[in-house]
Amino acid sequence: MKKSLKERLAILSDAAKYDASCASSGTTRRDSISSGGLGSTEGSGICHAYAPDGRCISLLKILLTNFCIYDCAYCINRSSSNVERARFTPEEVVWLTMEFYRRNYIEGLFLSSGIIRSSDHTMEEMVKIARDLRTVHNFRGYIHLKTIPEASAALIEEAGLYADRLSINIELPTDKGISQFAPEKKPEGIRRAMGDLRLKIEDASEPTLKTKRRKKFVPAGQSTQMIVGADGANDATILGTSARLYGSYGLKRVYYSAFSPIPDASSKLPLIKPPLVREHRLYQADWLYRFYGFDIGEITSATADGNLDLELDPKLAWALAHRDCFPVDINKAPKEMLLRVPGFGTKTVRSILSSRRFRRLRIEDLGRLGVSLRKVQPFIVADGWTPHRMIDRSDLRQMFSPQPEQLTLF
Amino acid sequence: MLKICLNGCGDFTEWRYAARVLLMCDVTPADVVWESGSSVESGLGFGESELPVPSPTAAAPSVPPAFLDLAQTVICHSNPDRFALLYRLLWRIRSERHLIGIVSDPDVIAARKLEKSVRRDSHKMKAFVRFKEVPSRDPMERRRAFFAWFEPDHYIVARMAPFFKRRFFDMDWVIATPKGSAAWDGEELTVSDEPAEKPEIRDDADDLWRIYYANIFNPARLKVKAMTAEMPKKYWKNLPEADLIPDLIANAEAKVREMAERAASQPPAFHQRLQDRMAAGELNEPSFPEGTLEALRQDARHCTRCELHCRATQTVFGEGSQSARVMFVGEQPGDQEDLAGRPFVGPAGKVFDTVVNEVGLDRREFYVTNAVKHFKYEPQGKRRIHQKPNQGEIQACRWWLTKEVELIKPSLVVAMGATAYYALTDHKEKLQDVRGMSIAMSSGCTLFVTVHPSYLLRIPDEARKSAEFEKFRLDMAAVRRLAQESPAIR
Repeated sequence: MKKSLKERLAILSDAAKYDASCASSGTTRRDSISSGGLGSTEGSGICHAYAPDGRCISLLKILLTNFCIYDCAYCINRSSSNVERARFTPEEVVWLTMEFYRRNYIEGLFLSSGIIRSSDHTMEEMVKIARDLRTVHNFRGYIHLKTIPEASAALIEEAGLYADRLSINIELPTDKGISQFAPEKKPEGIRRAMGDLRLKIEDASEPTLKTKRRKKFVPAGQSTQMIVGADGANDATILGTSARLYGSYGLKRVYYSAFSPIPDASSKLPLIKPPLVREHRLYQADWLYRFYGFDIGEITSATADGNLDLELDPKLAWALAHRDCFPVDINKAPKEMLLRVPGFGTKTVRSILSSRRFRRLRIEDLGRLGVSLRKVQPFIVADGWTPHRMIDRSDLRQMFSPQPEQLTLF
Repeated sequence: MLKICLNGCGDFTEWRYAARVLLMCDVTPADVVWESGSSVESGLGFGESELPVPSPTAAAPSVPPAFLDLAQTVICHSNPDRFALLYRLLWRIRSERHLIGIVSDPDVIAARKLEKSVRRDSHKMKAFVRFKEVPSRDPMERRRAFFAWFEPDHYIVARMAPFFKRRFFDMDWVIATPKGSAAWDGEELTVSDEPAEKPEIRDDADDLWRIYYANIFNPARLKVKAMTAEMPKKYWKNLPEADLIPDLIANAEAKVREMAERAASQPPAFHQRLQDRMAAGELNEPSFPEGTLEALRQDARHCTRCELHCRATQTVFGEGSQSARVMFVGEQPGDQEDLAGRPFVGPAGKVFDTVVNEVGLDRREFYVTNAVKHFKYEPQGKRRIHQKPNQGEIQACRWWLTKEVELIKPSLVVAMGATAYYALTDHKEKLQDVRGMSIAMSSGCTLFVTVHPSYLLRIPDEARKSAEFEKFRLDMAAVRRLAQESPAIR
């Protein structure tokens, strides 16, 4: 018997939740006034709800189908899993997106799919959904499409005309990991797809001869996801892969997804608690690389095994290992050095730089900016404040580590 | 002491009018008491002062745009002290022009705090307004109608109404709140600051949304604090999905345990069929007859002879006809070549194309390849910095180069750069010592040596650059002569 729409929605959203990305930001500004239709995007994304896992729900994140001819060990939808299968028709996905959007539940659609029949067949159906939303229903909200590995260039090109973002998952940080856990996926194929997309995006951003206006093609760029903790790769390897992906393909984001147990799991993989702290540290390191001027080597060299310190955030860990660079005078130091002070974010640094054009800063001023004084104290010099030899104290690390829990008597 | 009474529902103009007049009359902040709507009605507004009349010669005050932005937002806050705070800032700005830029100033900090709170409330309104469908008033039912009940902390309805118009243009909607309401009917956006009552409306789509919400949640990653930080409980009462939360949290652990306890089951039948099909090669790549350039290219795609393949996008194999008489060998693909999968398409490729054309040659008649087939680089932010391949990598890749030479049997091979020269001859002479020479190779073909075109791009001095370009052009002219002279090897 055919499953009802509600049953299928349950199955196909459950199947989609292992994709971490839900961003709806960074695309062009547009609204429905000029089109007379529905939807707008205005730069920053909006999270319409939060699930109890702390993740934002911004997009309707569903699969077109969870039937799949691939057998990737970490995936709930792999062909060898006994998970319940279902599929939507393209019309149903369009209807759900429009109705959810009208009620302000969502910013748009994030559509992915298991691979049925062939890559091109699957991709064609996904492109049809995006095309109908844009051209038939006059939808101006956000669309993120997952591209199917090995789909033809013409389909990707069409998808890029309707979608704000395209993504393809690299899945694991090493080629060896991919061939071990996702035997049907080809790492070089995934990289080639990303490279093709970067070239297409760059082509579209060139002004044409006729007009200065750039063509709109995947305005929110491309992203990818890596699973953390399924294979044995250490953090240095993971971050090295991210750095290469950012450098090579101009990715907007690399998402890290702590491997999380799935129903009917493959016996190849451990059913462990997802390494959430590790995932968090990787995101912090990723930010240090992208916005704070750190090299991956600097971030991961603080420990011997190439893994990030789970107790301390990577910037603090780096500072403790490079005490010769501190203390930093907040009234004199260049921006690059301020960015390296643990406890200073990019916003704080901007505030410091703009304030000190008019007056000298005291440590209390930082408190008013919402900076944790306890954290920055040992690392800075300000008017009326010097840490003396605090930076050389051998117990400096203990001051920041989480307090050991006292065992209770039983 | 002056007492100014305002309506105080987020209307900036009423405060601005009063503040301008007071400022022009030099009334100090200490001499003004500000009252707003609610306290006025309760009788405390008694004794409202008339606004003084500024002297006709008083100059109209001007403020930096940053203050205007800040004040327009802060005025929407529900804090009763906001009027006094803004007037104090305005007063001080007269003598301290940069005041708003001093982020450590207590008044600025207080105002920024209110601003942040209004912005956050506005943002949450965008996120948590939930429309429910109601019967359309349009007799033709061309436009569907929706209604939303929302409870903001501050007077933000008027400020946010245009956002909802931009977003929900093709439907009629009303957003009602205890602090005013907004409505859109396709023609006019109406805003009022009258408090509204909460109606009872049911919309079946809420059930679908609740199903989605329950299933997108991953019980193995329970992080309740992260959720409530962004979706505070005060908003829950108007969110259709929120009453699911307690059960989702309570059952999470059991759900994860159940997943762990259930052992992996027998794969379904279609899995085996798929695996058989894959094993039979139905889904494999096409194959080419042995001994052709296409077969060699196909093999090279999966080359793992050195470590470079893990980092590069793809193998960049040679390009050109199998019957070409001249073969050009460069160093290795660069950023653009790596992405496109074709040799000499980046900046150096453009130089090569231009010079080759200038001396009357056509690239399409040659075979163009590289000594090393994968791009070697170091990532640096958003760029990739080219790195020279080492001896081991060149030697590993020589296997492919030798095969290419054997298959194409060119009568003339042009080595561009030291790497290509080394790969072809195993000799390590300085490039300048062999440049421009024609060397007879054991295979019977002639080897001509020149610089790599990317070398020309790296010369900073303009005069030297054009001299080197000229030398390269002469080299290419020599290549053209040699190509015509040397007999075909077949």
